[in-house]
Amino acid sequence: MSMPFYVSPEQLMKDRADYARKGIARGRSVVVVQYDDGIAFATENPSRALHKISEIYDRIAFAAVGKYNEFENLRVAGVRYADLRGYSYDREDVAARALANAYAQTLGTVFTTESKPLEVELVVAEVGREPAGDQIYRLQYDGSVADEHGYVVMGGQAERLGGLLGERWRPGMTLTEALDVAVDVLGAPTDEGGEQRRIDAAQLEVAVLDRTRPRRAFRRLTGALLADLLGGAPGGAPKGGPSGATDRTT
Amino acid sequence: MADTFASGRLPHAFTTPGSSSFVEFLAGYAPHLLPGNRPSVVAEVQAPHGTTIVALAFDGGIVMAGDRRATMGSMIASRDIEKVFPADEYSAVGIAGSAGLAVELVRLFQLELEHYEKIEGSLLSLDGKANRLATMIRGNLGLALQGLAVVPLFGGFDLDRRTGRIFSYDVTGGRYEEHDHHAVGSGSVFARGSLKKRWRPGLDADAAVHVAVEALIDAADDDSATGGPDSIRGIWPVVATVTESGYLRVADDQLAGSVAAVEDERRAAHRAQRPTGGDAR
Repeated sequence: MSMPFYVSPEQLMKDRADYARKGIARGRSVVVVQYDDGIAFATENPSRALHKISEIYDRIAFAAVGKYNEFENLRVAGVRYADLRGYSYDREDVAARALANAYAQTLGTVFTTESKPLEVELVVAEVGREPAGDQIYRLQYDGSVADEHGYVVMGGQAERLGGLLGERWRPGMTLTEALDVAVDVLGAPTDEGGEQRRIDAAQLEVAVLDRTRPRRAFRRLTGALLADLLGGAPGGAPKGGPSGATDRTT
Repeated sequence: MADTFASGRLPHAFTTPGSSSFVEFLAGYAPHLLPGNRPSVVAEVQAPHGTTIVALAFDGGIVMAGDRRATMGSMIASRDIEKVFPADEYSAVGIAGSAGLAVELVRLFQLELEHYEKIEGSLLSLDGKANRLATMIRGNLGLALQGLAVVPLFGGFDLDRRTGRIFSYDVTGGRYEEHDHHAVGSGSVFARGSLKKRWRPGLDADAAVHVAVEALIDAADDDSATGGPDSIRGIWPVVATVTESGYLRVADDQLAGSVAAVEDERRAAHRAQRPTGGDAR
């Protein structure tokens, strides 16, 4: 009879973490940026149907990188969680912090008790009435939570791209400026000395949580509107402001 | 709910794939929150009762309107209750019957549509929405048999057919598509008579709003449970249009104008009938 090999807990956790990290790093990055009228999300995603960025509740959005089936499952769970809470109490009582905690517990439990960790990284963001009320939570595969301020990059090359974004991001940017920075960061060269890519609007998935909207703040920016927003960047922000621009999506 | 969270992670009901329905999720996870799943009452319950809702189609959409009265027996329980709601961006629901249940049902229905939209990333078809509402009404049959019936009127803009459509229901969840116009509630008999005379093909939105307001005035004229426009307190019916550009509640100014026009017309007709008579009656 053979004896099972002894694996130390440290080694076990390290192996799992490496496994999850590898899976996450394969995907394309998602950039989350705070701007004056809300929070913008951008990623390179040619699919119009399989989203990485979605609405959870009135003022809460979800962004993810990693394995699609796993984060899709978490997204649906989040929508159910938020809707159940809003139905049992009131729409006002649904908060990103509680949802981030529920996700953290789930990710943490799966990481320690199941045979395979979830290969996902999430952002749960809630837009406030004022920029100071914005909340951005970043959740890792092992259930750790970080309360981020201003901007987040997840996915492959997250650290390097996060550094690039940090150099250019500042509080109070307009939507056009924020998207310009986000798309530049997404198209940054993968190696030193590589070439900067300019990603076409059709290859981007972009959405915003717009604090000026009355109830449901989440809006996808697509098609001509997105092309306008991205094209308008070099000559400065277009007239009318970002909130007026997002209104046209309806 | 607390003990199912004991392990810390979200319970399996949350992560089970397959269903885009919030009602189905509730039925599996928290059935006590569903309106139809409560222990039934033995005695007859006295509860506020909402009354007349009218809906009519016009070129490019529908109008739905409801009076503002709720009654409890012979007493007026509320003079400013609202009984017409946006179900989602492209549909409206108006409810006659037991007010408390009706409001709860509308809340659940609104959530059901929004939940589907968020999970699927697309809107339900108008027929799909109408069928979901039928299922929810059916779930309430037990309470309906004890006198707590809820009878909705549903209408919206069909984005595929590019036209406004109206659906009526019975307490057993029967769903019937109505053409041109319909009314439900205690004053519906009188409202339907009025709609039949005033509705005509090719109405525009403003004319349709006027027809709806007039139908409610006629219902209030003959039905004690339907409230007429209250110009003293400035309480007007809730009137909404649903068109290609979505649900839009009609402003009070326009309603006040419509009401004044109907009243002026009737005052003039009344005087013409009795040229020598005074001002009474």
